[in-house]
Amino acid sequence: MLEIENLTKRFDAVTAVAGLTLSVRQGEVLGFLGPNGAGKTTTMKMVTGFLTPDSGSVRVCGHDIGSDTLRAQAKIGYLPEGAPAYGEMTPREFLAFIAGARGLHGDAARAARDSAVAHTGLDGVMDRPIETLSKGFRRRVGLAQAILHDPDVLILDEPTDGLDPNQKHAVRELIRSIAARKTIVISTHMLEEVEAMCSRAVIINRGRLVADGTPAALAARAPGGRLDDLFRALTSTEEAAA
Amino acid sequence: MSALGAVFRREFAAYFATPIAFVFLIIFLFSIGVFTFYIGNFFNNGTADLSVFFGFQPWLYLFLIPALAMRLWAEEKRSGSIELLLTLPLPVWATVLGKFLAAWVFAGLALALTFPIWITINYLGHPDNGVILASYLGSFLMAGAYLSIGAAISAATSNQVIAFVITLVVCFLFTVAGASAVMDAFQGWAPPALVDVVSSFSFLTHFSAITAGVIDLRDAIFFFSVIGLFLYANVLIIDMTKSG
Repeated sequence: MLEIENLTKRFDAVTAVAGLTLSVRQGEVLGFLGPNGAGKTTTMKMVTGFLTPDSGSVRVCGHDIGSDTLRAQAKIGYLPEGAPAYGEMTPREFLAFIAGARGLHGDAARAARDSAVAHTGLDGVMDRPIETLSKGFRRRVGLAQAILHDPDVLILDEPTDGLDPNQKHAVRELIRSIAARKTIVISTHMLEEVEAMCSRAVIINRGRLVADGTPAALAARAPGGRLDDLFRALTSTEEAAA
Repeated sequence: MSALGAVFRREFAAYFATPIAFVFLIIFLFSIGVFTFYIGNFFNNGTADLSVFFGFQPWLYLFLIPALAMRLWAEEKRSGSIELLLTLPLPVWATVLGKFLAAWVFAGLALALTFPIWITINYLGHPDNGVILASYLGSFLMAGAYLSIGAAISAATSNQVIAFVITLVVCFLFTVAGASAVMDAFQGWAPPALVDVVSSFSFLTHFSAITAGVIDLRDAIFFFSVIGLFLYANVLIIDMTKSG
């Protein structure tokens, strides 16, 4: 599980994340919502140890990301925004590298790879350089890399961005199939996606938490009973006020 | 250690996944041949040693090593893969060292492929092979020093061209620090101690001491110190990127 406490990050004059506190339990699929620039990606970068927060703490399965970084990172599977990878490598080489870096060798590495490949449907493209693959396949390589070591915590930054409806469906099915054993945080713009696969949703705006609840409960708060309406009401009024 | 190995293997394979490796090896071996045989007049020297061959190496490294180092970090930053790399459970020092060693072993491979010149000189005469071995080791250490500078500078930018140019300039300064033109500029006003310090940073001075057959541990320690210092700087630069 994941505990975020009072997390703050400033870039020069801009406060990207302002005292965010949030805790996600095992079995929860958390939809992490907010307009562009709300601080979703910055939060995920701090949770995974890529960025150091100005203040506040992140604990992953009890390990502090700042002081016990490697143990915390070992528990996390992370799909960064845009699913970066090494373009000249094939998925087979790339996943072998990730397995080695995560301390998996021999049969354990092969079993982990086969399972991740089966879950993400990469079989047909294993020996083609990643840079020659379509956007959908590249995203799936990123997902395969994130679930390779069967992590307890999955942090996925826009996992379905750029996928066609069939691929989106496959990703949702994947997340649903592993959700019970894991703590999953998914950032997305697509609100219908949250209703389809998340058990809980939070909305952040200007680095602060502005709503937290099940997708249905949040939707019920809006006059029209739709999540989009609540999202717009919470994230655009603050902008107008500022 | 397994973390270090994973980074090393990926980085080393990356040179061969693109034409970089072959272009580099061909240009390196071709230019060293041209320098040694045509410009250096290897056959008409009348001496059975490789001083001409080693004498040109610092100048060749000056242009080729920055090309080898420029992509190490800048490429990761541009493509965003650095985010993946730094969120894997790997200590930063292991990542820095793994990348550096991959580049250094590759440079060592290029150097080792010059062995036909060594065979030629042994066929033609009776060179002092002890000096030649020491010179090869000295050349390898010097390549490592140039690479560590290039790796640290590559970590500070996402633009490979900028990494190349700045590395070239910094390596040039380290190369010529002991040259008489530089010394003259200091001699007029600086205290002799400072002049000595500046000239002691010269790669050329330390390298030519080794190739002249004066095997002094201090020259080797000098190159190891430069490598250690710039790898440490590399780790600091990566830590700074993490704080945004």
